[in-house]
Amino acid sequence: MLSVLGIKVSVRSWLVPVLMLISVAVNAAPNGQLLYETNCASCHGGNGKGGVGVPISLPSFLHSVPDTYLEKTIRYGRPGRVMPPFKYLSDAQIKAIVGHLRNFAPGKYPESLHALVKGDIKRGKKLFGQHCASCHGVNGEGGKGTGVTFSRPRELPIIAPSISNPGFLLAATDHMIKSTLMNGRQGTPMQSFLKMGLTEKDIDDLVSYVRSFENVKAKKKFTEESAIMVFDSPNDLKTTVENLKNAAGAENFRIIRVQDLEEGLVKKGAESGREVVIYFCNFQTLNEVLGVDPRVGLFLPCRVTVVEREGKVQVMAINPRYLSAMYNNDELDKFCDQMFEIYTNIIEEATL
Amino acid sequence: MRRLLAGILMLVLSTVSAVASESDGLILHRSIQNFPEAMLALQTSIGEHGYTVSRVQRVDIGLTKSGYKTDKYRIVFFGKSSEIRAVKQSQPQLIPYLPLKVVIFSENNETLLVASNMTQFSELVNNEYTKTLLQRWNNDIQSIFSEIK
Ligand code: HEC
Ligand code: HEC
Repeated sequence: MLSVLGIKVSVRSWLVPVLMLISVAVNAAPNGQLLYETNCASCHGGNGKGGVGVPISLPSFLHSVPDTYLEKTIRYGRPGRVMPPFKYLSDAQIKAIVGHLRNFAPGKYPESLHALVKGDIKRGKKLFGQHCASCHGVNGEGGKGTGVTFSRPRELPIIAPSISNPGFLLAATDHMIKSTLMNGRQGTPMQSFLKMGLTEKDIDDLVSYVRSFENVKAKKKFTEESAIMVFDSPNDLKTTVENLKNAAGAENFRIIRVQDLEEGLVKKGAESGREVVIYFCNFQTLNEVLGVDPRVGLFLPCRVTVVEREGKVQVMAINPRYLSAMYNNDELDKFCDQMFEIYTNIIEEATL
Repeated sequence: MRRLLAGILMLVLSTVSAVASESDGLILHRSIQNFPEAMLALQTSIGEHGYTVSRVQRVDIGLTKSGYKTDKYRIVFFGKSSEIRAVKQSQPQLIPYLPLKVVIFSENNETLLVASNMTQFSELVNNEYTKTLLQRWNNDIQSIFSEIK
């Protein structure tokens, strides 16, 4: 008898080779290219040239960072800056992905060096304001948007990443930050600040200042938000729909469409008639938010659904605050908050 | 015996074969085809998985006017009427997330697809049928994506 996955199986002669084959398949080295394509290409592009994510195939990048930087970036992601943490990948799988990244630009790259840089944080802060804040933001929070996203012409420069991000600071050693400042990243807007006229002492001060972002407390997130909003309506379904249309109009939204939830799924006329969906939109906000994160279209245009059950009518909507965690994008928080207020106002107004 | 073995094989295969990228509740996929081709492949694949496309919605009215590089941006709604009906009856709290949908938009000559990972709503659900269904929807969306090269 042999125990496979806790099930007793009598071993027949033909089973043994089959089981061996299986264990070979399981133990085989993970395929870095396949893992890259399924986990990373959506944002960074199949060739690493960037998209929602920054480019990660440039020689100036790959030749200046150690494996540990890449491994930790994958493991921890960039909280609130779109790049997710890959918690479920094994160490071997992450190493295989890093191996694949290295193929983008074969050549020498540094070992991970942990010596700390001891600069003057106060002076670093001043220099940061003068030389870095215009791209990386006053508090190192990164540029508006990320990577080279779809909404902008490709000729535009890469959006500067967040360098106060806890994921970045966990992955980057002082040495890596320093060499980035010394050498820059050819092919990106990130210059060599030695060539720009700063001294090595200036750069040490900047490194220490960037490191000091570690001490800044993360801002509060809506962690325990429910995925939906539900309101009771005192009126019947038809009146509630009309009230919602009026309330959305009063908030400067245009009604795009009113339809049965089942429309298009069942034969015309066979819809249950008990869930009515109202789509509404404000084009300016829509364009703005798609510019911040093109993936948000999944929940646009705005939508509320009126549901009738046994004579009781409810108005339901997704909770926009729930989305900001789902998208791992802090820049959406402002919009999600705004949308939360607007949904609440419209639905409350309509269900008075 | 044979069935047991098939079961083991499937289990092993499902852990070995990579799934589409799953991050914070979203499923992302990049197709190297241009927008019209990827759109066709998406709708074909949805159909082949037994779902009906109920509507294709534009969200890009005015996008190019405001400086966007693409006006190729759509939401594709789909579902199986019997399943949608069963869920909205027994689990009305999921209604705001129904029917299923995929956002599809172009990025240069390639196309990106985004869907929500429906299993994240398992917590809202109190029956096994729907929990299993959410898992199946998730697997099907991944499978639909994997067929769009
Ligand atoms: C003109 C805009 C610009 C300025 C000014 C600038 N950077 Fe950058 N920086 C970038 C961009 C863009 C990148 C990403 C490059 C890439 O894609 O590889 C970057 C990358 C970096 C990185 C690596 C971060 C990462 O995630 O890989 C660090 C560290 C950094 N910059 C620090 C600084 C500091 C400190 C200054 C001021 C001395 C500065 N930068 C000035 C645009 C800028
Ligand atoms: C949902 C989109 C997304 C996915 C999926 C994603 N990334 Fe990222 N990645 C980003 C973004 C956005 C940034 C830049 C963050 C910023 O702007 O602050 C980034 C940054 C990085 C960096 C740092 C680059 C630098 O210049 O220092 C590396 C390395 C990286 N990603 C590798 C990967 C790998 C490998 C995978 C797959 C295992 C992956 N990413 C998956 C969006 C993504």
